[in-house]
Amino acid sequence: MAEQDGPVVEISDLVAGYLPGVNILEGCNLTAAKGELIGIIGPNGAGKSTLLKAMFGQVNVRGGSMKLMGEDITGLKANELVARGVGMVPQNNNVFPSLTIEENLEMGVYQDPSKLDEGMTTVTELFSELKPRLKQRAGSLSGGERQMVAMGRALMMNPSVLLLDEPSAGLSPVRQDEAFIRVSEINKAGVTTVMVEQNARRCLQICDRAYVLDQGKDAYTGTGRELLNDPRVIELYLGSLGA
Amino acid sequence: MDWNSIYINTAQALFNPVTIAFALAALGLAIHFGFVGLLNFGIAGFMAVGGYGYAISALSFGFPWWASMLTAIAASILFALVLGLPTLQLRGDYLAIVTIASAEIVRLLLVSQAFNSVTGSADGLTGFADDFRSVNPFPEGDYGFGPWSYTENQFWILIVGLIILILSLFVVWRLVNSPWGRVIKGIREDEDAVRALGKNVFGYKLQALMVGGVIAGLGGVIYVLPSSANPMTFITSLTFFVWTALLLGGAATVFGPLLGALIFWVLQAFLGSLLPALAEVGALGAFSSSQAGALRFVIIGILLILIVVFRPQGLVGDKRELTFVR
Amino acid sequence: MKSTGLHIGEVAPGVKKVDPIIVADHVSKSFGGLTAVDVEHLEVPRGVITALIGPNGAGKTTFFNLLTGFDTPDSGTWEFEGQSLAGIPAHKVAQRGQVRTFQLTKALSLLTVLENMKLGAKDQQGENLFASIFPFLWKPKEAEIEARALELLERFKLLKLKDDFAASLSGGQRKLLEMARALMSEPTLVMLDEPMAGVNPALTESLLEHILDLKKEGMTVLFVEHDMHMVRHIADWVVVMAEGKIIAEGAPDQVMSNVAVVDAYLGSHQDTDLGVVTGRIELPEGEA
Repeated sequence: MAEQDGPVVEISDLVAGYLPGVNILEGCNLTAAKGELIGIIGPNGAGKSTLLKAMFGQVNVRGGSMKLMGEDITGLKANELVARGVGMVPQNNNVFPSLTIEENLEMGVYQDPSKLDEGMTTVTELFSELKPRLKQRAGSLSGGERQMVAMGRALMMNPSVLLLDEPSAGLSPVRQDEAFIRVSEINKAGVTTVMVEQNARRCLQICDRAYVLDQGKDAYTGTGRELLNDPRVIELYLGSLGA
Repeated sequence: MDWNSIYINTAQALFNPVTIAFALAALGLAIHFGFVGLLNFGIAGFMAVGGYGYAISALSFGFPWWASMLTAIAASILFALVLGLPTLQLRGDYLAIVTIASAEIVRLLLVSQAFNSVTGSADGLTGFADDFRSVNPFPEGDYGFGPWSYTENQFWILIVGLIILILSLFVVWRLVNSPWGRVIKGIREDEDAVRALGKNVFGYKLQALMVGGVIAGLGGVIYVLPSSANPMTFITSLTFFVWTALLLGGAATVFGPLLGALIFWVLQAFLGSLLPALAEVGALGAFSSSQAGALRFVIIGILLILIVVFRPQGLVGDKRELTFVR
Repeated sequence: MKSTGLHIGEVAPGVKKVDPIIVADHVSKSFGGLTAVDVEHLEVPRGVITALIGPNGAGKTTFFNLLTGFDTPDSGTWEFEGQSLAGIPAHKVAQRGQVRTFQLTKALSLLTVLENMKLGAKDQQGENLFASIFPFLWKPKEAEIEARALELLERFKLLKLKDDFAASLSGGQRKLLEMARALMSEPTLVMLDEPMAGVNPALTESLLEHILDLKKEGMTVLFVEHDMHMVRHIADWVVVMAEGKIIAEGAPDQVMSNVAVVDAYLGSHQDTDLGVVTGRIELPEGEA
């Protein structure tokens, strides 16, 4: 079980949006304890991606607060957040196609080059398939492979929390399963992870706890198993075709 | 300071063939850019083709005024085809470069000694408005009131210009609110989506280029009729002035171009009178009065930048409709 | 509800169909040195729902683009309703009754929902440059088109959004709009490129119903998807592509238990709980 040093991520009553006057998040709460794998599911427009982007300083926060390891990070810009230990893996445009895999990983320690060797060792061990292909251009990789590189890059700085935006999007079933297993392995290695997912079934099967977002708020929360068997969730998000 | 002459100069810009010509050119450009999304940086070329089309047909072929008008229109359509057929497949920024080049090619052909007998090369053409003047229904005399005073010929060109402008506005307004206009708006945003619905996208773009080209060409005719057709008029700066007028008013609207042209010319006239007057009373420091006059272009340039940054939809445009606004 | 008896002879890639609407031969396309599509023979059965599945990079969208005229092949011929489509540009293919949607939705955001719908109708006199200036020439047809559009919007539950700009619709609503718009021209064949991508599981059910309705109305449907539950639920026939070739064809259950398909695409954990696979949960003895 996760050690209770106090939560790694603590988000309270977050209000945020892109366009002036239009809020997507209307008072959202989330906590992640050390070592936990947190899932965020919910309908389109509920604010899942917005919540993640808010955690990475990419959305205007208009109310509430965000804390990382007990320190207030509300309103900080993305580069400051990386320096503080937030690793983000976006859904699209997540690698530099003209750079090699190795160079992409090197970009991960841009803020603190002293971490290069350590990061490279950790990541190439975690993603052993990348080791022989370090000199390959990232642009020639498939969607699932790019996502692996993007995850590796985010892990180079040994982040306090890893943010994943729909890691299974656009992948075939076998690659989706691989992606979820990979996320689980990374988390088991000790990385606190927050994952937004469209594939609610798979997300709930592997996460420790999850939040179901609806209309900008965290509608309900529970462990992955609890939610998988929750009739409300089954009806709304898993459908009768699920599991 | 002679406020009275500043006032007269400014007011006259309101009802002026040049302003009307500009409104027509901006309207043509509105179709190209505002409605279809074509980056046409060669609108001066269309105006030149129209203006010279009229002038050359009157002088070299002795056409009556209505045949000269038709020639100007036909020349604009031809220019649109020649420009459009090879280039409409190009990506936006490449199209912009090609259109600048095409307008310059037109101007250089007009200025070249090789065609001197037809085009008058650097001296340009004059005296082609005789037939036009001969059908002037207004008898000799002075027309207008207050700051506006015209001779019968000046008045005639003004009236004709206004009629053409009103007709063009009507046609554009009809087009934009029709199914044709709907297809065009779709193309502006996503050509593939429209293609998937069975519409011949290339054909529509060419049609828009021709319609906008004809209107701009007519603008060229109104521009040259009061005075002369000269290649120095149709330089790249003219294109950018028309763009300023268009963006000021509202690129994707029907009446925005007219509004923009009016404001542009009134502002030009105002600054063109005010600044030299200020310089003369020493309010502009080291600037002499002739230098101060040129200062208005600096101000207009800054205005263009401010519009694009802070209000790209112009005065009457709708921000939601524009594809280049984020 | 599922249609059977669609094929002639033994089931294998390229098997002939009783009533094919599309017949494709030796269609190939390469980008640089990479073969994107290399289809020997494919027949798409008429009046039923066919799913095209396969890993990313298998060539599904490229194949779609070739069939609909959005891309030109290096070689090959194909017929739609007995007429050759090779070399026919995209807009003409659409006019012949073969419409498609896109993976990244192309709902035109700067038009309203109703305008989007009207754009989809064909044979519009008002779209002619000269006719458009005289409303009396196209107003009657426009009224007809609007009536049909409103009907479809009602069916897809988008009616109250009809005057909103498509930009303000959610991702799932835009998918519905694109599908509804494609139906405006009363097509014979509807080709959907990942219609479920980015749509909530809850909305999925209604989308599936809409696709089944297409079949009820006599249209043929060909869709690309990754969601195997959806495929199993509504597809009458499944075609599997991998690395540009067709590696399997058949009824859904047949195809999904095909070893080659499982290896390339489905993965062996299809029906198992990943929580178990990753060792995060322990199940009591006796359960799988």
